Amino acid sequence: MDERVMAMKISFNLNGEDVSINIDDHITLLEMLRDSFELYGAKEGCGYGECGSCTVIVDDMAINSCLMLAVSVNGRTVVTVEGLAGPRGELDPLQQAFVDRGAVQCGFCTPGMIMSAKALLKEKSNPGEEEIRKGMAGNLCRCTGYSKIVEAIKCASEGGCSCGKGF
Amino acid sequence: MAKVFEPTIKAMEFINIGKRVPKLDAWDKVQGKTMYIHDVKLPRMLHGKILWSKYPHARIVSIDTSKAEQLPGVRAVITGYNTPEIRCGFIKDNPVLKKDKVRQYRDEVAAVAADTLEIAEKAVKLIDVAYEELPAVFDPEEAMQEGAPLIHEDKGSNVLKLPWKMICGDVEEGRKQADYIVEETFRLPFVTHCCLGTSGCVAQFDAKGNLTVYSPTQIRFLAHKDFQEAMKALGLKDKTVKVIQTAIGGGFGSKLDTYPFEFITIMLAYYSGRAVKLVYTREEEFFASPGRQPVRAKISQGCTREGKLTFRDIEMILDNGAYTSWGATTPSVMMMPISSLYQVPNIRYVAKCVHTNNIYSTAMRGYGNPQATFAIESQIDTLAEKAGFDPWQFRMINRNRPGEVTPQKFEITSCGMKECLEAVKEKLQWDEKRGKSNGRGVGIASLIHVGGGARIYKSDGCGTILKLDDFGKASLLSSASDMGQGSDTILAMIVAEELGLNVEDVTVIMKDTDLEIWDAGAHASRSTFVAGNSALYAARKAKEEILEFAATMLKEPKENLYLRDRKVFSCNNPEATMDIDKLLRAAHFRTNGRQIVVSEFYDPPTVMLDREMKGNFSAAYTYGVHGVEVEVDQETGQIKILKYIIAMDVGRALNPMAVEGQLEGGGAMGLGYSLMEELHLEKGKLLNGNFLDYKILTFPDMPNIDSVIVETIDEKGPFGAKGIGEPPLVGSAPAIANAVWDAVGVRIRSLPITPEKIVAALEEKQRSNS
Repeated sequence: MDERVMAMKISFNLNGEDVSINIDDHITLLEMLRDSFELYGAKEGCGYGECGSCTVIVDDMAINSCLMLAVSVNGRTVVTVEGLAGPRGELDPLQQAFVDRGAVQCGFCTPGMIMSAKALLKEKSNPGEEEIRKGMAGNLCRCTGYSKIVEAIKCASEGGCSCGKGF
Repeated sequence: MAKVFEPTIKAMEFINIGKRVPKLDAWDKVQGKTMYIHDVKLPRMLHGKILWSKYPHARIVSIDTSKAEQLPGVRAVITGYNTPEIRCGFIKDNPVLKKDKVRQYRDEVAAVAADTLEIAEKAVKLIDVAYEELPAVFDPEEAMQEGAPLIHEDKGSNVLKLPWKMICGDVEEGRKQADYIVEETFRLPFVTHCCLGTSGCVAQFDAKGNLTVYSPTQIRFLAHKDFQEAMKALGLKDKTVKVIQTAIGGGFGSKLDTYPFEFITIMLAYYSGRAVKLVYTREEEFFASPGRQPVRAKISQGCTREGKLTFRDIEMILDNGAYTSWGATTPSVMMMPISSLYQVPNIRYVAKCVHTNNIYSTAMRGYGNPQATFAIESQIDTLAEKAGFDPWQFRMINRNRPGEVTPQKFEITSCGMKECLEAVKEKLQWDEKRGKSNGRGVGIASLIHVGGGARIYKSDGCGTILKLDDFGKASLLSSASDMGQGSDTILAMIVAEELGLNVEDVTVIMKDTDLEIWDAGAHASRSTFVAGNSALYAARKAKEEILEFAATMLKEPKENLYLRDRKVFSCNNPEATMDIDKLLRAAHFRTNGRQIVVSEFYDPPTVMLDREMKGNFSAAYTYGVHGVEVEVDQETGQIKILKYIIAMDVGRALNPMAVEGQLEGGGAMGLGYSLMEELHLEKGKLLNGNFLDYKILTFPDMPNIDSVIVETIDEKGPFGAKGIGEPPLVGSAPAIANAVWDAVGVRIRSLPITPEKIVAALEEKQRSNS
């Protein structure tokens, strides 16, 4: 379409697997994940980095994938929500805690929430409530009022959900 | 005398009801596996884009689409001039593609379908529209004046012909009886839903001309009807329509109507012969997805020396915007708190909805109730104080009681208002904390909402089809809609409880108008009550059939049998038992055998409001009380919420975790409405249509809500439950306004209660004191 668009070959680690792709230099990481890799977990809620629904982890950092160019993950490690559960669907303790503590309603923000929380727990294994609220400030939710998400993160940080309300 | 065996398991103890059961679809949602409209991808699917109006009020002189049509990859370009007219909205005043003139910035002038979204975006920019600007009006009171520009010339007036008027008793007599009277004016802002998932749909015609629409609608059967009607305009009246509901990324009322973009997508699919997807950007979601109607309310109430309310008199003006959607009917719901929040014998209510060149609005969680309750409950405090009563005591005197019939002829069954008031008083430490005027204050506000459906259509019904397979698993085809509130889980719990199954044995299907019976949609907090009863009665029918067959198999009287733990048991004979799956197979695999499939259409025992706007239009009413403690910084006007309690009479909490989810989420939305949310329009143009400038609460802003669940076990609700989806946000704003008054002695009569307003009010107070 536009002659100034350049395709670049990039290689990176995606959810534990080394991948390579030719990608146009104006494509965002979010677009690449969704359109080229069919990973629909990350969502576009706003497209300008304000809602956090598109959060993925790049080299241990939670980032808004709608703001990052796809080419910039060359040589790096990307984890999306699809990369958390085990091969037979065994949930990550954080995912299990979100389920058990009622932290999910409409679910649109959930993958982004979980990835932000994952990065937060990597940085600090046992955050207090205030730290959780501050650390998660970039992720918006309109359904839950946040409390149950805070509980879930706390629960997961305390070595998994002993509340065990799941099936 | 037959020996009575003590049953090994008590049949009456609930197994699932009342348990904290996680949401059924949470497993998929935490793994990113749930399909929202954004994730729908069909073969050779095109992407649609709308060209919006450049003016709030202008004549369309010409539209030149030739350049867009020539762009490679463009498959269809449509305008009001090359398509048949389709109108939407319940009074059909909104042509989906505008012809002759535009009336607001969110008017759809043309649309394009192209191979990629980029091409579609480029193509709409190539459409040349020549406009001739018209004088516009943005203030509803100005729009009511003689000589104001007419938004719809054919209507002859900007005031909608909707007779919102309710008279109960004699207000003049009530005024005479009053020893104290307060009169005030309140203003409520234009706010919006901010669903995290933006609006969108996908439309596709099959080879025979039948239409499928994928949509995150809250009303798939009403949408089905609207789309079926639109097929007529396309010359396809004999063809069928199927609506497939995708996961809904937030609803809150925004998806309670059908909108131009949906019909545009259908037309793009029709004219291109391909599947077309059209999804709003966040910017579009802000300006082209409707919000809550702005209201000006003049209210007076009076009471006797004994503190009994004698009258309530309210006049309202609603800014309807350019077109009419459900927002224009919110006065019908405002009548509920106006007539039935506290015992008030004499009531007068008149409301006018007025067209302006502002963007139009629709239903939003609470449906008018938050606006009306803000005015009523703010003023209740003022009136109580004037009459020398503690505001809590004043509310106790006038509270609603179980069994009463309100002036609007609502038949109150269960009513836990007293229990809610008492719980909030205790938790808030009302007596110790109130009246200190030291920058800290407490405030409360009560509320009423429909909890047993709302008969706004001639049918308020909901269908269920329940099938039991050969393995003791149930498929529940419910016509309800789950927007995240957890109806899926509640319905599975109800069926599991009734049939002695585990919740995970029940697969809930609610998504396809071809498969399911009709339903009025996810509104009026009706799903738990109406869909719940529908599922319950279906399960009872299935249970009858199971037990009837079990009686012959076990040679036990049917009355003695019950279902529990995937087995049938007899109360009288511990030996007589059988696994449910074995029983179902035995019922099926025999001569003249069959699988058990039952259907139910439950329509609550209610009536539509009559000509006087009276009648018992809900089968149950939900009550609640909000209580807050605030700290107000008198220098900056900043409000800090120290404590937030929501006590709700929910009938019975079928799933307490889901109830808390509604209370906390509703409370958050209510706090946003109270403190920070407002769409700013300048001459009809939205100035803050993004999350940077339109603030909703974030993690650090949101206090923990102390949820108090009051159970009154409603006689008509499923297992005693009432609806609670909307009410948790209704009481927030007046409770905060009342707490601010208690803290610093200023009365804020408009939302949001911003620091600027508090500082200005404090300065004003200081000026008048000196």
